[in-house]
Amino acid sequence: MPEIFNMLIASFIPLLFILIYAVVILWVEIKVASHVQDRLGYMYTGGFHGIAQPIADLLKLLTKEHITPANSDKIFFTLAPVLVFASSYAAYAALPFTSTFIAANLNVGIFYIIAITSFVVIGILMAGWSSNNKYSLLGAMRSVAQIVSYEIPTVLSILTVVVAVGTLNLQEICEIQKGGISSWNIFKYPPFMLITFLIYFTASLAEVNRTPFDIPEAESELVAGYHTEYTGMKFAMFYLAEYANMFLVSGIAAILFFGGWSSPFGKFLSSPGWGVFWFVSKGLFFVFLQIMLRWTLPRLRVDQLMYVSWKVLTPISFVNLMMVGLWAILK
Amino acid sequence: MSLFDVAFYVLAFITVGSAIVVVSSKNIIYSAFALLFTFFGVAGLYVLLNADFIAVTQILIYVGGILVLIIFGVMLTTKAFDVPIKTETLHVGPAIVVTGAIMGTLFGVILKTRWFNVLNVQWDGTTKKIGERLMTDFLLPFEVASVVLLVALLGAVIIARREKVKS
Repeated sequence: MPEIFNMLIASFIPLLFILIYAVVILWVEIKVASHVQDRLGYMYTGGFHGIAQPIADLLKLLTKEHITPANSDKIFFTLAPVLVFASSYAAYAALPFTSTFIAANLNVGIFYIIAITSFVVIGILMAGWSSNNKYSLLGAMRSVAQIVSYEIPTVLSILTVVVAVGTLNLQEICEIQKGGISSWNIFKYPPFMLITFLIYFTASLAEVNRTPFDIPEAESELVAGYHTEYTGMKFAMFYLAEYANMFLVSGIAAILFFGGWSSPFGKFLSSPGWGVFWFVSKGLFFVFLQIMLRWTLPRLRVDQLMYVSWKVLTPISFVNLMMVGLWAILK
Repeated sequence: MSLFDVAFYVLAFITVGSAIVVVSSKNIIYSAFALLFTFFGVAGLYVLLNADFIAVTQILIYVGGILVLIIFGVMLTTKAFDVPIKTETLHVGPAIVVTGAIMGTLFGVILKTRWFNVLNVQWDGTTKKIGERLMTDFLLPFEVASVVLLVALLGAVIIARREKVKS
């Protein structure tokens, strides 16, 4: 059964990546947060700047007791974190890490990612409802309303890129952008692709519930949103999914606008091994940007949130799509 | 049994099993969530038939759109998730006749159709072909569907909009 064995390896690599990345980014998030707030953060565990702290945190989460509220719905309460993580993990299947490795080279790659991440929405609703807690339910409802609203500008900006490159296959989108920084999509059709990127980045912040769009988890109003009742490993699953989603949207931004695994120097340093380096570092750069924004910007109000999505981002992205489409026809 | 067969039977089991839960569950929210697995199974079957675009569209429209709407509807209806909704068996006679007729028709179609084996078909991307056909041969149905959707959208806006009462 070498076929099944290959499939298992191909599906294991993204999982391994997510786990290692989550441990690293846990440390980075706390350190960036501390330095933004002019304090030091972790300093003791593991010697240099508390480098072993995420491992200690992880062990703590693993050994914690699983508390299931008495009036919760037991099946869905257990299923929800699995569903949320499984869907963001499934989306990694279509991410091209390098020119020679992609878990599933789908013809409808980017479309598949958009579709499969909608399972996250169901998982969040499931978590909020099964907790039998009004804060959880309110948090879940806010979260879903936000994700569904912001899906429209996100998808429209992705569609703009698809119009420009003419394929849905993420590997082909990367291939098109090969040959240095000047052939990246962000510099095509100036200034429309730049606007598209800004819309995509803003909307994707809302998609992953990051500040300034983190009203689903507003501590001052909702305790912790849809995962209020979760403890131990189930809670960790939600966190893992959130971090996985952060890299997912960043990775998509890197692929769609910044060449994915292609080197910024053309042929220089463009072997498949370096491809992984370029892709991951481009992705991590946007993750870092998200973390910086989280500790810089205040939270939006619910009505402002809806205003930004429906009255600002959606019309601009429609106009943008039409302009790029027109330009692409005339060319 | 090949890998293809295993995948087919697993997906068929998921689809049919969750569909049974949808119709037989006493709690309406269980039905709504069980629908998720039905849609997932159907999408998987589309993948097995090499219809990648349709499979992804199925998930995007049904899971991302319609199912969220159904669950929201159930949750926002006052106390709907606290009261167990009774599912009773009603009108057994007419139901047997109607479902029997539908089943007979389907069986007839299944037996009469000359099936071809998807395993023998050359794998090919479907997105481009669907796009081309929609813009050429099937342009009129496509446009009619868009008009229907527009009408539905306008209707929803008019129903949802609260007119300001002049005092």
